[in-house]
Amino acid sequence: MNDPGYELLLWVRGPGWILALAVFSFGMAMRLFEIFALGRREDLAPPRPAERQGSPMRTVWNRFFPVPGLFERAPATHVSGYLFHIGFFAVLFFAEFHIQLFRHLLGFGWPALSAPLADALGVVAIVALLAALVSRMRDPVKRFLSTAGDYLAWALTFLPLLTGWMAYHHVLVSYTRMVALHLLAAELLLALLPFTKLIHAVTIFVARWYTGEQFGRKGVQA
Amino acid sequence: MGEHGREGDGLERWGALWEERTGLSRRGFAQLCAWLAATMTLTSGGVGRVAEALAAAPRPPVIWLHFQECTACSESLLRAHYPTAEQLILNLISLDYHETLMAAAGKQAEEARRATMKNAKGKYLLVVEGAIPARPFCRIGGQDAEAILKECAADAAAVIAVGSCASFGGLPAAEPNPTQARSVAGLIGKKPLVAIPGCPPQPAVMAAVLAHYLTLGRLPALDQLHRPKAFYADSIHDRCYRRPFYDRGQFAASFDDEGARKGWCLFKLGCKGPVTHNACATLKWNEGVSFPIQSGHGCLGCSEPHFWDNGSFYAPLSTPIGESGLSTGVAAAAGATLGAALAGGYRKVIDQARSEARPVTLDDLEKSS
Repeated sequence: MNDPGYELLLWVRGPGWILALAVFSFGMAMRLFEIFALGRREDLAPPRPAERQGSPMRTVWNRFFPVPGLFERAPATHVSGYLFHIGFFAVLFFAEFHIQLFRHLLGFGWPALSAPLADALGVVAIVALLAALVSRMRDPVKRFLSTAGDYLAWALTFLPLLTGWMAYHHVLVSYTRMVALHLLAAELLLALLPFTKLIHAVTIFVARWYTGEQFGRKGVQA
Repeated sequence: MGEHGREGDGLERWGALWEERTGLSRRGFAQLCAWLAATMTLTSGGVGRVAEALAAAPRPPVIWLHFQECTACSESLLRAHYPTAEQLILNLISLDYHETLMAAAGKQAEEARRATMKNAKGKYLLVVEGAIPARPFCRIGGQDAEAILKECAADAAAVIAVGSCASFGGLPAAEPNPTQARSVAGLIGKKPLVAIPGCPPQPAVMAAVLAHYLTLGRLPALDQLHRPKAFYADSIHDRCYRRPFYDRGQFAASFDDEGARKGWCLFKLGCKGPVTHNACATLKWNEGVSFPIQSGHGCLGCSEPHFWDNGSFYAPLSTPIGESGLSTGVAAAAGATLGAALAGGYRKVIDQARSEARPVTLDDLEKSS
């Protein structure tokens, strides 16, 4: 005699979370140590110009903005990409329920977005992700370049957003079941993030820094 | 004369019978019938059936067993207001065995139980309060709890598990469950079962389930946890008067801040209302005076399974249960070790390739072309 939704909720709040966090920590430590311990071949050429200009941090920051001319060539990619990332980070870090989780993990919290605004930004992220998928499947070049890993990354990102929105609005199934599915989807995302392209959430900053550093040495604008 | 007129006639007639039988007022009888019909979600035509059943039907014998519990379920029942505990016990049912309430003791009490089981075979209701431990814990009259339950359930018309301990194991079954306590469900075979969880359960729900059986001769519609749908279909959150604050994202952050004083949602203070199914927000307690959320405390989720093991009562639902620090640290250390080992392996391959590399000469290129 049990309620599968309620039992699942208990599992995802307990053992499921501990497991997902352990897999995430294992995977992230493994990937990052792999990258950093491997290192790069020593560059024996003297840096050019001799006086270093700027910091690699500039590249990390500059690349948050589109390369001039590229936006016009791929507007769908840019618009869906920006809207998704803004919406996703807004709900992940500024929805009240998630801040409670961070407060539990970190010992401190921060002010939340108002519920209607967080809700709207979640919808923006969902719509943007759907648009990105349609664009990926309809554009012959993107479709050709896409692998199963890309679609997996899309699904892993989309499901927590969708189930979170459905739980908040009590859509389709009971809140208990939907919030259990939401937590399960979020834990899947967490556990698989280091092993998929989603690791770019961390490595993108490493890559940008490295690019900025290398281009700076060579005297090229990054 | 319309249906309501006929209804009135029926109530009058059965009320007179009730008055003759119990000495209680017809007005009180009419109120009781209407209240029970409403809690059973019967239409207005059902009031007459309730009246007939209460006034004329034979009172079903009830055996009420106590196992691992704190008697709060019985205490709760004693605070029922429609019907009152006296009305329920003296007029609606024949409470033949109840360890807390009966005057008899020892051998005499056990004989009363066995006499009911024999004389009302297949007709009596078995109410169970408390979880059932493994042998040798909880022995009564020389018999252990499991044997008593199985013996009594064998010839019962139905079994009613009152409280979270009988329904789901409750506190006695909480980790580490030293007595291997269990709920009723796994021990009574296919016998019809109604679970009325809660710590304690709503007195009105207990009364209404008994009245439903008395009136309609069958058990009410149940959910997958055997709880009566009429009372457990909605979550506390669905019916909470603070729900609009949740929807607007207005939460009390402590028990004495401005949000708490304004009556905002208690989600951040650990309220389990969104995942708890019970009728507290509608029936309320103490004759409809209040319920925990109304008094400023979040719902504990007491009518759901394992509620003692669901983490702190004061931790928000969006936070994890249990300690993850050690496993996360060990996993990270293992990952770092493996990552470094992999990098070491790649480096060896690269170094070997470099050491074996030879400059390409013009002759080499001519040969390959």
